Amino acid sequence: MRNDGGKIIPVLSILALLVVAWYFAAYAMNAPFQRDLNRRTGTEVTTSQFVAQTMAQPKPTMPAPHQVAENLWKNVFTVKPTSRRSLVYHAGVTLSSTVLGFLMGTLLGVVIAVGIVHVPALDKSLLPWIITSQTIPMLAVAPMIIVILAAVNVTGLLPKALISTYLSFFPVVVGMVKGLRSPEVTHLDMMRTYNSSAWNTFWKLRVPASVPLFFTSMKVAVAASLVGAIVGELPTGAVAGIGSKLLAGSYYSQTIDIWAALIAGSVVAILLVTLVDFTSRFVTRSMGAQPR
Amino acid sequence: MSTFRLKANWQALAAIALSVISLFAMPDQDPGRIAIIAILANLLIAIIASLINPVTRLSIWALGLATHVTAFALLIALSSFEGTAGWSYFAALAACWLMAWRLVTLLSNGSEHSSASRLNGLLIPALFGLWLLILWEAIVRGAGIPFVLLPPPSAIGAKILTSVPLLAADFRQTVLKAVLFGFVVGSGAGLLVAILADRYKFLANGLLPIGNMVSALPIIGIAPIMVIWFGFDWQSKAAVVIVMTFFPMLVNTIAGLSASGNMERDLMRTYGSGYWASLFKLRLPAAMPFVFNALKINSTLAMIGAIVSEFFGTPVVGMGFRISTEVGRMNLDMVWAEIALAAVVGSLFYGALALLERFTTFWHPSYRRP
Repeated sequence: MRNDGGKIIPVLSILALLVVAWYFAAYAMNAPFQRDLNRRTGTEVTTSQFVAQTMAQPKPTMPAPHQVAENLWKNVFTVKPTSRRSLVYHAGVTLSSTVLGFLMGTLLGVVIAVGIVHVPALDKSLLPWIITSQTIPMLAVAPMIIVILAAVNVTGLLPKALISTYLSFFPVVVGMVKGLRSPEVTHLDMMRTYNSSAWNTFWKLRVPASVPLFFTSMKVAVAASLVGAIVGELPTGAVAGIGSKLLAGSYYSQTIDIWAALIAGSVVAILLVTLVDFTSRFVTRSMGAQPR
Repeated sequence: MSTFRLKANWQALAAIALSVISLFAMPDQDPGRIAIIAILANLLIAIIASLINPVTRLSIWALGLATHVTAFALLIALSSFEGTAGWSYFAALAACWLMAWRLVTLLSNGSEHSSASRLNGLLIPALFGLWLLILWEAIVRGAGIPFVLLPPPSAIGAKILTSVPLLAADFRQTVLKAVLFGFVVGSGAGLLVAILADRYKFLANGLLPIGNMVSALPIIGIAPIMVIWFGFDWQSKAAVVIVMTFFPMLVNTIAGLSASGNMERDLMRTYGSGYWASLFKLRLPAAMPFVFNALKINSTLAMIGAIVSEFFGTPVVGMGFRISTEVGRMNLDMVWAEIALAAVVGSLFYGALALLERFTTFWHPSYRRP
């Protein structure tokens, strides 16, 4: 926390640099099309008019920041949140399957981790596969899961949530196994001298010790489950959600819409990670941890 | 030789109970009946082997052999149970699976002391994988689950064998072009910018929070934009991969460059070494574990990035393209073949990096033998 004061200026200046670069890129990438258009329609423009034109195309190659901001403003604040044109509505659809999938994935991950820590056969047989499976591009399975579940009449929220579950339980398993095993041998020995049962050792030593790693892996998991939800929306034929906005935008070359959807997705991601971070701080502080 | 006794274990008791169920629920037709009797006879050997106490290497071998002969018989018998397997078949399957569980339990208990623990470390996961395939095949074919829902592994294997040229073309398009190019350029750029950021602290202070935040963002969403910019071919996929792999490398390398201790840096200073000498001879080598961590993360991200970007438009070749179109045509065996290919490529990629790491950072404490 102490260092945050010293980082605001560098972060802001790099962000400002990015915005400036973005404007330059918008000019440079839209200019060829605009020049071509002006030549064909025979319009003579001054340089400043030309620059303004490159930033006001309806379907630019690279929309300027203010175009995206305008689109965001229009689709977030001027449309009713329940309308299908509203980005809030689409973000809400994505958010609901993300959260459902994240909760299921976390629960599943914790259960598997507890099993792995307590059953040696599972530890030896399952854990290597869970680690190997992280090297496999899981998202490739997403469209298949959607279609398979649609074939057995499971549609809507659940299939997308299942993809999120699938993506988010791996980090939780790995983090929780590490966390539940993090108590030192001396602490475990002490529990033994207290003649504590496995149940008590679990709740009073292992679980509290695993909390920091649990939250760290939850942060990874929540980001993964958002990606899962977005990719899960791609094969459903663009019904609703951030992913469907991206896909529809790419079909109709609505670049401004794509950028706006992308920023909406990023805002959702930041909100979710911040929420987990906030909970983590609250929980660790109420457990008596030293604030870092 | 010491005397052998039989000692009960819950897997064996449950397997005996299941065998009895299997015997009583026997099918009426002859081929099925003969198959079940043969399976149960083998299973009995496995159960007896699992009861032998004390456990010896020989009894474990007998258990393993009998269990897997039974499993083989179960798979052979599938031809007479195609879609019609009843209680009898599934009870025998469950009993056989319990015996495999017993085998894994014995192996993982024994591996603490035996000299063959490294072999067990490979054998136990291999058995788990094998049983995943056996159960998948037996349940899907036995219960007659529709092909469009879940094809059995044997069908997927057959599809892989018959469509090697197609898979090879997809592999070239997605992995050799998009993934490798994007991975090398993205990771390389991340490394260079990290070195630059390490030199100018202002840059590091600005980039680190941004880099950490970006890791939580759904970067994959830039795929449609990249398709608009760079066209349908592999260049747009490589661009997505570059963006996805850049930030993990940046964040990890910046952390890694500050990993060398003050003592080592002081030593370099007493040698009178300049910035570049201490960068190349001390700080970059010390950062290597972090760099490899990023490379491993990136290997997965690169595969995901390239495959998912192809969902947004591609020429008619590529792993992501094949998956999305064959799903639409309900050719699920082809989809699974692509997924198997992706899994193998992903694991090999990761494995190669792990091996390279082993040779590059041989000095790291985590490789010391206890």
